[in-house]
Amino acid sequence: MSSSRDNILARLRAAVPQDHAVAPEPATPPSVELSRTEKVARLKQRMEAMHAEVVVTDAAGWRDALKTVLRNRSLNGLLYAPATALGQELAAAWDSDLPPLVGYTEDVEQSKERLFAIDASITSTQGGLADVGALILWPDPNEPRLMSLAPPLHIAVLDATKIHDSLADAIALERWQERMPTNVLLISGPSKTADIELVLTFGVHGPKELIVLILDG
Amino acid sequence: MASSVVVDFPKNFANALSNPQLRRNLRAAMDTLGMRRRAIFSDKDAFEALRAQGDAIRQRSLRQLPQLLEQLEKKCTENGIQVHWAETTTEASQICLSIIQSHHATRVIKGKSMVSEEMHLNHVLEEHGIEALETDLGEYIIQLDHETPSHIIVPAIHKNRDQIARLFHDKIPNTPYTEVVEELNAIARKVLREKFCAGEVGVSGVNFAVAETGTLCLVENEGNGRMCTTAPPVHIAVMGLEKVVERLTDVPPLLRLLTGSATGQLITTYFNMITSPRKSGEKDGPKEVHLVLLDNGRSKILADPELRQTLKCIRCGACLNHCPVYTRLGGHAYGYVYPGPIGSILTPQIEGLENAGAMASASTLCGACEEVCPVKIPITHILRRLRNESYSKTDSPNAVKGHGYKSNLAESLTWKGWALTNSAPWANVLNAKLLGLLGSQLTKLSKVELVKNWTQVRTMPKFASKSLHALAKEKGISDE
Ligand code: SF4
Repeated sequence: MSSSRDNILARLRAAVPQDHAVAPEPATPPSVELSRTEKVARLKQRMEAMHAEVVVTDAAGWRDALKTVLRNRSLNGLLYAPATALGQELAAAWDSDLPPLVGYTEDVEQSKERLFAIDASITSTQGGLADVGALILWPDPNEPRLMSLAPPLHIAVLDATKIHDSLADAIALERWQERMPTNVLLISGPSKTADIELVLTFGVHGPKELIVLILDG
Repeated sequence: MASSVVVDFPKNFANALSNPQLRRNLRAAMDTLGMRRRAIFSDKDAFEALRAQGDAIRQRSLRQLPQLLEQLEKKCTENGIQVHWAETTTEASQICLSIIQSHHATRVIKGKSMVSEEMHLNHVLEEHGIEALETDLGEYIIQLDHETPSHIIVPAIHKNRDQIARLFHDKIPNTPYTEVVEELNAIARKVLREKFCAGEVGVSGVNFAVAETGTLCLVENEGNGRMCTTAPPVHIAVMGLEKVVERLTDVPPLLRLLTGSATGQLITTYFNMITSPRKSGEKDGPKEVHLVLLDNGRSKILADPELRQTLKCIRCGACLNHCPVYTRLGGHAYGYVYPGPIGSILTPQIEGLENAGAMASASTLCGACEEVCPVKIPITHILRRLRNESYSKTDSPNAVKGHGYKSNLAESLTWKGWALTNSAPWANVLNAKLLGLLGSQLTKLSKVELVKNWTQVRTMPKFASKSLHALAKEKGISDE
């Protein structure tokens, strides 16, 4: 036990007031409850404002929507998670004229160079936030953290039923406090900066492009 | 700038004010940031409600600070994050250094962190042969030019694109001169991407740490913060110990207030919540995560009910953007890591009034900072308190370090005299008569050393031969 720790804690304990006559805190204003259609529309509008490309499709049509996106670009490969349901669906219906599917199967120590060289990736999402327009990602052993960061194009698949009104709702309804994973990410668009004369520029260190496929129905 | 360096405020201020380029660069940027903030918080009632919530959350956090830090330590440790405590910036830098050295690492990649600036961490690491590369675009720019941040959110805002173009051309090998912002951005992206891949240790700050879950929250737009906390095998997060909050549910309102106040965004591109190092089976993320909790005077600030409010700060920078002094001077003139209104209340408390007390006078007390502060810090009250304590020695255990450094006999006699003339009618009459008689002579005082300081930038007032009071009386106006 370090003495710095004890010294600091002793000073802090002496410093905080012991009288606990505390005014009640203002209640959190209830967030507006939106219908599913409204949530999809709001998330789409907000994320597009942040330069994400949002395609609303459905369970039957999303693979074709994805293929259209991919055929319009010349990509050296698509990083995917072979062990997820999404990954298996992709592998089952892959066409030879599409960029090859590359599985994230090895630890980063063995695959870093490759991860930084591949043009695109596709991941699932844990949900979305309608009020601010963001995706929720919970990376896991199958879908590691760098998938949504290293490749210049990130494609994310979002189930419309998993869009929450707000972050506060997502935390409360999914009881995050009881099950925080290694890493939780909120992502609202492609990476950006305004560090030079406040000029907004997209594509800094994270993806230059973010495409969201919303599965609605 | 290190605290051992004597800061010459009047000279810094004069230099900054006479630099038209700096003033143009700053003014345009600050106006834009102010406008964006107003647009995002256009609903006044909603903003006030959110602000009341943010204020309450931060007050509650500070009230329970020792318990929350212990809880944070316990949770983090359970999750596998190693927690370190540092009383001083030197100790904090040493902790970082020994972690880095224990991995025989020489390439450190850094996300933006004002606390690491406070620690002068890069300097310490470089002295030991460790490259500490700033990866936030703004930080990267100023590091190339051996400068410090001039703003806590947009660190290179004092430079315009021509200056950055020249800098890149001069300092980055084989770089053609370009003033196109997208191209400048692409140049930095290319250089830094290689560094992300090769970085051995990542260092970052922390925006909020959640005691309940042991989670470190980081706010950013560029993705460099995620790179620094994901790609290297070791991650060190440095944090001022006041940044802890109690519950995960405290985060959403603070996040909204932070991004809205800082850049007028509903949310940043990334909100990165880190709760543990890489678990077995996971393929990436650092295998070791360290959290360094820095005190550096904060525990002392906590002891005083008024000064404590300084620690509510969420470092949004809105007070800088709205300050008529900051928007004309920029950050470097202040001479310390934290500039603007927040710097002017925080720095004197950490560094002592005798070193940084002059910062408290770099304000018009207009109150714009207080009006925009998302957690309602009474900045002008604290500024006045610091000014007062500069002049008065006190026995209070909570007195700011260096209190009374400006007190002198002439001043205290003057104020005693002032108190007398305003409490005893006879003294007032006598005083007015004397000033009337001597009025024109008093202007000569401006040559006297003591008064000269004051009259350098002001005109010495002339006293009329008869006071208003006397004139009114002559005209038969009752003075009751
Ligand atoms: S004092 Fe208030 S306005 Fe200034 S940086 Fe801190 S939170 Fe923001």
